[in-house]
Amino acid sequence: MSTKTVKEEVTIKFAGDSGDGMQLTGGLFTSSTALTGSDLATFPDFPAEIRAPAGTLPGVSGFQIHFGSTKIFTPGDAYDVLVVMNAAALKTNLERLKPNGTIIVNSDGFDKRNLRLAKYEDDEDPLSDEVLGTYQVFKLPITKLTKECLADSSLGTKEKERCKNMFVLGFLYWRYNRDMQETIDFLNSKFSRKPEILDANVSVLKAGFHFGETTETFSGQFEVKPAPLEPGTYRGVMGNEALVMGLITASKKSGLSLFYGSYPITPASDILHGLARHKHFGVKTFQAEDEIAAVCAAIGAAYGGNLAITGTSGPGLALKGEAIGLAMILELPLVICNIQRGGPSTGLPTKTEQADLMQAMYGRNGESPVPVIATKSPGDCFSAAIEACRIALQHMTPVVLLSDGYIANSSEPWKFPKASDIPEIEVSFAPSRESSDDPYLPYARDEKLVRSWAIPGTEGLAHRIGGLEKEANTGSVSYDPANHEYMVKIREERIEKIAEFIPEQDIEIGPESGDLLLLGWGSTYGTIQSVVNTMLAKGHSVSHAHLRYIKPFPRNLGDLLSKFKRVMIPEINNGQLARLIRDKYLTDVIQYNKIQGMPIAKSELEHAVLEILEL
Amino acid sequence: MSTNPPAGNGQPTVLKGKDFASDQDVRWCPGCGDYSILKQVQTVFADLGLDKDKVAVISGIGCSSRFPYYMETYGMHSIHGRAPAFASGLKLANPDLDVWVVTGDGDGFSIGGNHMLHVLRRNFDINLLIFNNQIYGLTKGQYSPTSEVNKKTKSTPMGSIDYPVNPGAFALGSSASFVARSMDRDPKHLKAMLHRSHQHRGTSFLEIYQNCNIFNDGAFFTFTDKATKADNGLFLEQGQPLIFGAEKNKGIRINGLRPEVVSIDNGQYTADDLWVHDEKDIFKASMLTRFFDDPSEEGALPRPFGVIYEEDRPTYEDEMFEQLEVAQNKTDADLDALIAGPKTWKIK
Repeated sequence: MSTKTVKEEVTIKFAGDSGDGMQLTGGLFTSSTALTGSDLATFPDFPAEIRAPAGTLPGVSGFQIHFGSTKIFTPGDAYDVLVVMNAAALKTNLERLKPNGTIIVNSDGFDKRNLRLAKYEDDEDPLSDEVLGTYQVFKLPITKLTKECLADSSLGTKEKERCKNMFVLGFLYWRYNRDMQETIDFLNSKFSRKPEILDANVSVLKAGFHFGETTETFSGQFEVKPAPLEPGTYRGVMGNEALVMGLITASKKSGLSLFYGSYPITPASDILHGLARHKHFGVKTFQAEDEIAAVCAAIGAAYGGNLAITGTSGPGLALKGEAIGLAMILELPLVICNIQRGGPSTGLPTKTEQADLMQAMYGRNGESPVPVIATKSPGDCFSAAIEACRIALQHMTPVVLLSDGYIANSSEPWKFPKASDIPEIEVSFAPSRESSDDPYLPYARDEKLVRSWAIPGTEGLAHRIGGLEKEANTGSVSYDPANHEYMVKIREERIEKIAEFIPEQDIEIGPESGDLLLLGWGSTYGTIQSVVNTMLAKGHSVSHAHLRYIKPFPRNLGDLLSKFKRVMIPEINNGQLARLIRDKYLTDVIQYNKIQGMPIAKSELEHAVLEILEL
Repeated sequence: MSTNPPAGNGQPTVLKGKDFASDQDVRWCPGCGDYSILKQVQTVFADLGLDKDKVAVISGIGCSSRFPYYMETYGMHSIHGRAPAFASGLKLANPDLDVWVVTGDGDGFSIGGNHMLHVLRRNFDINLLIFNNQIYGLTKGQYSPTSEVNKKTKSTPMGSIDYPVNPGAFALGSSASFVARSMDRDPKHLKAMLHRSHQHRGTSFLEIYQNCNIFNDGAFFTFTDKATKADNGLFLEQGQPLIFGAEKNKGIRINGLRPEVVSIDNGQYTADDLWVHDEKDIFKASMLTRFFDDPSEEGALPRPFGVIYEEDRPTYEDEMFEQLEVAQNKTDADLDALIAGPKTWKIK
């Protein structure tokens, strides 16, 4: 009988060649983990190339999962367990394995060819005790064991080898005391038309599990208890997936057709793919010829009365700048989803960064204020998308919604809402008029300083709009100097006025006033939460506030900041929110910046916070 | 005819050309070819009985792109080169609108060349009016992508080097479903072509030769001036032989795979030997777009005017709405099912 060691939290990294099926393995392990009631967070780590040469360092694909019986905020800094299918995967991932961590190695992925491709020296043995001495290492000939298990199968050698990820999965299921049925059900539906492949995968999965059982002499089993999650019904969700659902929900709640104009770009393309699958919701997706056409088509659709969205990443946002400026001066509703990636220029397309904040705020010619809101986690993308649509529609303005590659591709358990609990988004078009009525004034404003939305086809409202400066009220072209200044000011004022229609900023955790406030935005949420929790547990006076609204800032933000001795802003950029806060409030903030294409690690931030507290 | 807006007595009013003129002062240079085009468009809109509230005129940037401001319809003066993209989105938002795009040779073929290509192949049911004056007017006189080689302008004091784009060939190469050419100085022909453009279901590409009397005066006089028009222009009519010339004594004959100009009054050839125009024939249309010689050259082929090509092809919006319908008939739009996704679990 094996003993089951109870663990509070575990981080596992699955790493192998792009063709080794690590994303699927990680995804299935995640589903199984969720069913145990543990909290979790995941993050995939793809190669930039689509089909990098097999066995090479750039060809390594990874999937990280952090799960536990406590609240989990991040996919984890360092791994407790590293699964490597070949030499390249070991080389690229060993550095972040915890001291005394566990390595599960497919020793068949360490032949001469694989060692050479992974750029090991000829006489180097990366699996030797000298190298891996401090770790607990399971060297398993997984490829060989898989083929032996499938000796009677009529599948070809390559197809047999392709099942080896199931062996790993089975082994881990045994090790973490999991039930395999859910995965078998999944395989049943995935391969229902390919019975031989189905049988092979199920056999190998079971073989991996039984291998754990029969060889238990050299390893034990672990158990991670359920986390104290809020009771309710959950699903797993990735950021871009939640964003898609949020946009569709906003369309239903506003009663407007959804139009999505986009040009494929990493890491935003999954929004286009996701929406294209939902035509039964009346969703119109338009894959344009370029980023500019994508936003322009969306503006055309907004003019025509649709809920118009465009989605992109940094370089695409740069191309869309002129058109967003037009939407701003036209005062038409538009949501621009910018899924940030490492910049500048083409930068690090598959890595994450928060460096488009300035571009979102100011990346247009002239005085061109546009609301900017940011989502903080995969599940949060849902409500952030709805909120971006609400502001765009009710304030007749383009809105930039910032997410990033980390949020887009991470997943977390999400306690999803009921559709009926989500408020309607009230929208009205300008009513038709008789020729005897007063003339229609396209740029007359209501008490919110918002103009009316007169869509082509409405009787009696024929009017012209354009990018030239317009006279107040009539919207006619005007070169009058005083009018221009008035219009610039009123366009700024109407965006700032949105602060009256958004919630006040709250403190997420920690005291309302004290020694240190960690002020964040976007995907640093999990790391900051986790650090502040630890600091509070140690008795420090540290609080966390996380901004969803960056333009305009929440109306109480200045007061909130003034209640802390120090304010620290952790960002995955060179200090962009820090500049905005200094500019607006003259608050001396402490920057914490990491710009390595990766999320900020909990341990790094914790260290920085402790240093400040000791000052 | 138009049924709106109702007059005081409740009777539907028949609109006239001037009813399509907005209250804005027209600010093109006196003598600009755009005035004639504006007038013909307004007249044709009235002739067609269009409803002002169901028409949207979308433009980019340039002299021609001021057009929407002068039309008493819905209109958008957008950004440089992108009018086809705005029009595409608008048409998808409301396919019942009558959408017209006004652009020029710079807006349409230079900064907006990419969008021109793609709007043509997608075949939205919209009408493109391309005012070609072979010069940049609004930026005060630089050469354009349709300017002839060696054009001396402010930006090309030693003459331009760029080889000009051939708009008709560009359009056909982009799989346009309707390609026609007309000119500002022949109101009757222009009106007929505007009618045909509107009649065509799909993207209509109508190139209009337009005189810029300030920066490129007389660029098209050979084709538009009474004295030279008949000998240099070839006015196409469906099912009719290609005959031109002041005396109607010249024609185009297909010799093998090549067109040639022949006389039909010297006994060698008659009208029966000539190429008969067929708008539906893509191969003939391709050849006609290659009638692009400099008229001053010896043996130049005449420049065709009229409908060069028309093809009946499904529009983008029809195809998109059909897909939506198929999807909507197949699957319920259940928001709760969407949000829950395929797999959930309960935490107690």
